[in-house]
Amino acid sequence: MPYTTALRCKECSRESELLPVNVCDFCFGPLEVQYDYDAIARVMSRESIKNGPPSMWRYAELLPADPENRVDINAGLTPLIKADRLGKALGLNELYLKNDCVNPTYSFKDRVVSVAATAARDFGFDTLACASTGNLAGSVAAHAARAGIRCYVFIPADLELGKVVGAAIYGPTLVAVNGSYDDVNRLCSEIADRYGWAFVNINVRPYYSEGSKTLGYEAAEQLGWRAPDHAIVPAASGSMFTKIWKGLNELHDIGIISKPNTKMHIAQAEGSSPIVSAYDAGIKDIRPVRPDTVAKSLAIGNPADGYYALKVIEDSEGTGHAVNDEEIVDSMKLLAQTEGIFAETAGGVTIGVLRKLAAKGLIGKDEVTVAYITGNGLKTQEAVQDVAQTVNINASLRDFEDAIKAEDA
Amino acid sequence: MAKVRVRFTFASELIQEPIIWSLGREFELVTNIRRANVEEDQGWVVLELEGAQDEVDRGISWVTSKGVRVDPVPGDVIEG
Repeated sequence: MPYTTALRCKECSRESELLPVNVCDFCFGPLEVQYDYDAIARVMSRESIKNGPPSMWRYAELLPADPENRVDINAGLTPLIKADRLGKALGLNELYLKNDCVNPTYSFKDRVVSVAATAARDFGFDTLACASTGNLAGSVAAHAARAGIRCYVFIPADLELGKVVGAAIYGPTLVAVNGSYDDVNRLCSEIADRYGWAFVNINVRPYYSEGSKTLGYEAAEQLGWRAPDHAIVPAASGSMFTKIWKGLNELHDIGIISKPNTKMHIAQAEGSSPIVSAYDAGIKDIRPVRPDTVAKSLAIGNPADGYYALKVIEDSEGTGHAVNDEEIVDSMKLLAQTEGIFAETAGGVTIGVLRKLAAKGLIGKDEVTVAYITGNGLKTQEAVQDVAQTVNINASLRDFEDAIKAEDA
Repeated sequence: MAKVRVRFTFASELIQEPIIWSLGREFELVTNIRRANVEEDQGWVVLELEGAQDEVDRGISWVTSKGVRVDPVPGDVIEG
């Protein structure tokens, strides 16, 4: 890790050694990786990035893990698509979609897990673990398979097994835990403390979370080395939201782009929106909630980075909005039917909030806007099953022609 | 012996109750507060509980039964 210097507590600012720990020993605040940006600025340039690998690892100097040791299933450098049809529907001329549905395990989690798995290898761990109900499980199991190390995935016992087939296929040990969501949460935290494993979003979290910065770097590179005017980002813990902002600012700090004036807009589902609720109330203290939403991948009631996400909204002069289940599903359909992208429910949250921002006139029609689509719709098909309507005919040409005449009428 | 780092969230009607004091009296637990905040309608405390694992579990169950929300310090760790 040549460019990392320390872990720093986001609360008390104490610095500590780069170890697999996620909270400050002193005040139990969250830790964040620090870098030597002067040294990075000397070696990193638009040219060096362009000549790097066609994956998120082209920004290796700004990641807290050894690229020579990387666990890489080719995450990142996903398409940034100019969304003309969706833009026209919303009255936006410069709308772009960052399509992270097409990562190797079909969600943005591959970015964070690639860094976490590499850091785990750097630290000499022989087991990768996580607690998940979907996307994270699949990504952790795939990276563990690629690295050839053991993998434990903890799931609530009442989770339908179909939800974790996308992880089970890679051969992890699946541990189904009896008890409430809170019980599973607490148990995993205790296991992470007790066992010498790399729990990607617990003891390795300071490294893991840095992977999301690449969503900011890539958008800037793909826009021709500039930050967007607006970014719309779905949020569960709020980590990705804060890291995209951090990524854009880092590119500025090392002299690669001009100072970002991006308004950061956070998107949550109404049934799990503690960050947006705090934003609406004008407070910085998050009130934990019990999630109840169709957007399962965003169902975090007690978000680790909620406070910091609110700070980013404030610093960037952004906003926060929530959408209900009906708006989420409707927005998934709109995205698919205008741009050919089948996003999971979290994508419906992003597009639902984008629609609100456009309708309220909070985005100028020629302002460059990036909406982040972070997971694939094949994972949450149950949310939109009603679209599967057929035109039923007998196997005769006449029947077919009658039917399409009726359809066209 | 176990050491558990937790965050207690108190609704406003519980803020004036000496719950952490009671926790140390009623159970064989050492409580060590690291950070806290009290607002108009809610308060939270980040602390470490140290004791036998069974006692930690019993203590957390008791606190929960009093209406306090107990979370791991890093927030929710089950991700989608």
